[in-house]
Amino acid sequence: MAHPVQRQAEIVELSPVGAYHRLVLQAEGIAERVLPGHFAALAVDRADGSLLLRRPFFIHRADPAAETIEIVLAEVGPGTRALARQRVGDTVDVVAPLGTSYSVPTAPASALLVGVGYGGSPLFGLADRIVEQGGSVGFILGASTAERLFGVEHAKALTPDVLVTTDDGTFGIRGQVTLPLTEAMRAIEARVVYASGPRSMLRAVAEVCSRESVRCFTAVEETMACGVGVCMTCVLPVVGDDGESRFVRSCVDGPCFDGSRVRWDDIGSVPADLEGAAAMGGL
Amino acid sequence: MSIDPASVDLTAPFGSGTLPNPVTTASGCAGYGRELAKFLPLAELGSITTKTIMPYPRSGRATPRMAETPSGMLNGIGLQGSGIEHFVEHELPWLAERGARVLVSIAGERVEEFAECARALNGQPGVVGLEVNISCPNVDNRGLVFAANPATSHDVVAAVREVADPALPVYAKLTPDVTSVTDVAMACVRAGADGLSMINTLLGVVIDTDTLRPHLAPSGGTASGGLSGPAIRPVAVRCVYEVHAAMRAGQFASVPILGMGGIRTGRDALEFVLAGASGVAVGTAIFNDPTAPLRVLDELREALAVRGFAKLTDAVGLAHHH
Ligand SMILES: Cc1cc2nc3c(=O)[nH]c(=O)nc-3n(C[C@H](O)[C@H](O)[C@H](O)COP(=O)(O)OP(=O)(O)OC[C@H]3O[C@@H](n4cnc5c(N)ncnc54)[C@H](O)[C@@H]3O)c2cc1C
Ligand SMILES: Cc1cc2nc3c(=O)[nH]c(=O)nc-3n(C[C@H](O)[C@H](O)[C@H](O)COP(=O)(O)O)c2cc1C
Ligand code: FES
Repeated sequence: MAHPVQRQAEIVELSPVGAYHRLVLQAEGIAERVLPGHFAALAVDRADGSLLLRRPFFIHRADPAAETIEIVLAEVGPGTRALARQRVGDTVDVVAPLGTSYSVPTAPASALLVGVGYGGSPLFGLADRIVEQGGSVGFILGASTAERLFGVEHAKALTPDVLVTTDDGTFGIRGQVTLPLTEAMRAIEARVVYASGPRSMLRAVAEVCSRESVRCFTAVEETMACGVGVCMTCVLPVVGDDGESRFVRSCVDGPCFDGSRVRWDDIGSVPADLEGAAAMGGL
Repeated sequence: MSIDPASVDLTAPFGSGTLPNPVTTASGCAGYGRELAKFLPLAELGSITTKTIMPYPRSGRATPRMAETPSGMLNGIGLQGSGIEHFVEHELPWLAERGARVLVSIAGERVEEFAECARALNGQPGVVGLEVNISCPNVDNRGLVFAANPATSHDVVAAVREVADPALPVYAKLTPDVTSVTDVAMACVRAGADGLSMINTLLGVVIDTDTLRPHLAPSGGTASGGLSGPAIRPVAVRCVYEVHAAMRAGQFASVPILGMGGIRTGRDALEFVLAGASGVAVGTAIFNDPTAPLRVLDELREALAVRGFAKLTDAVGLAHHH
């Protein structure tokens, strides 16, 4: 688990990247603690405090020398809109780094990194780690449409093994990231797959990996009220080391989980064998 | 009239004793303290109130469990927790080692289950009091919450008071979703409550207009959750004001009130104090700012000093003096 700090960070860059915004924040003591898959929780409330909850975002890049972290932001609602309307020089209240990072192979390994939309954001720091350790990476990056792709050029600069998919066929293969997945895994003899994006995609990737007997790590995005582990809103049914299933907090025990441990089909319900489900009586 | 903030005496009445200062965390908004300890020294708070603990592990509700609302949120956690035994063995010793004063929130689905939790806490380190979360569904009464009526509230508080270490204050935590919060408060005090915590969340429903369904996962035939945050503050201050007024009028014995509901700043906390609270709990505001409880304490000290109060207790209930 990360050791978060709270800081008033200064916006040093805010610029468009495709359909997204690149937000670079400077604050002391955050970047050096960041591991791939960690996230940051940004306050979005203005003076009136009407948007009380922080918004979670993956940390795309962390530069300890410059003391900056970079976030890739999609505008979807009032909170992200407020952030996108900020200006260079403004300050944002940040709590980071948060969560459990991706588990990185300790020995050199071939890894396939699968990202959809801004979900590709945490995969680049991860790629650097894997390469630093003597491993190699391939990418599948997807989106609904070409302008919502993220990181294609960046990925191509890192490896020749980059596949791109769009649902509408405006770029690369027409279809979803799972379409070329099995073939890509075999082509680079992937020992491990890392995925980040919508839940339906994570689940599909986890399924393929289990069929192919390849390890799989997924970064989930669940609704979070606190982001720091105190509220229990962000839970998922996950099988523990002891074989017992529990609702675990995706903000501290995740967002990066072993994809084979997440009970994807049971999200949104209370499976009868979950620890403590028996006590739920008629509720 | 302004005085030096450092000289303000923040000693806060708590049961028949005191705590070093009036600020605690609201139950369910600070877990069992471990995560918050990364942001503030727990021992600097008057106390830390735990997430409600039941006798056995409970999975809680399905997700989604939360929806943001204007100046607040709706939650339906369903009292997820690993049970009293786990708490006593693994969480409490950790809190005690850090010098935290722990107000343990307990609940059950039957009267005996509340008592079972209380018994398990007798003689344990770090515990300074019990908060009885009577806003818990009563399985013996169609799942209606105990706090919904004075008689069942009385039964729970009496059962806990009977078995709990007499040195530990027992606080009853009240819901505002009743016709008369004063009637429930009176029943609790007559049953032996040493203090009253108010308020718990208000019931609400949020409907997602994209999916055309309630936003929170339905549970036991309800789609409702608990509304909290600054949006509910006036309701909470009203409850504290009303109950304090009844105690002043001698309708039942005076006990300390722990006020909560939307406290985000020291100014908000002072509102509760002036209405009659001698302690305050910070809940949902922690999600916005994990240092909020300590910040509220500092700001409250400042707010008292600016108004010339040398002691916290001089301000308690002052809004009732004409
Ligand atoms: C671990 C994690 C990492 C994330 N990383 C990124 C990222 O790198 N870039 C990016 O653009 N977005 C990311 N998101 C999604 C981002 O947090 C939401 O888009 C944002 O919270 C929406 O806020 P809003 O006010 O604009 O939208 P609204 O839809 O109005 O938000 C209302 C409420 O729902 C929550 N919410 C809405 N969408 C999501 C979502 N997809 N996931 C979780 N909660 C949501 C909000 O936090 C808020 O509490 C991430 C989410 C999580 C959980
Ligand atoms: C996510 C969440 C979980 C809560 N869990 C509990 C709980 O377990 N027991 C309890 O007595 N109150 C619980 N509450 C209610 C709070 O303790 C508090 O009474 C209420 O939220 C009002 O205060 P606030 O507006 O400062 O949050 C919870 C509130 C929230 C937001
Ligand atoms: S978001 Fe609060 S516990 Fe995870």
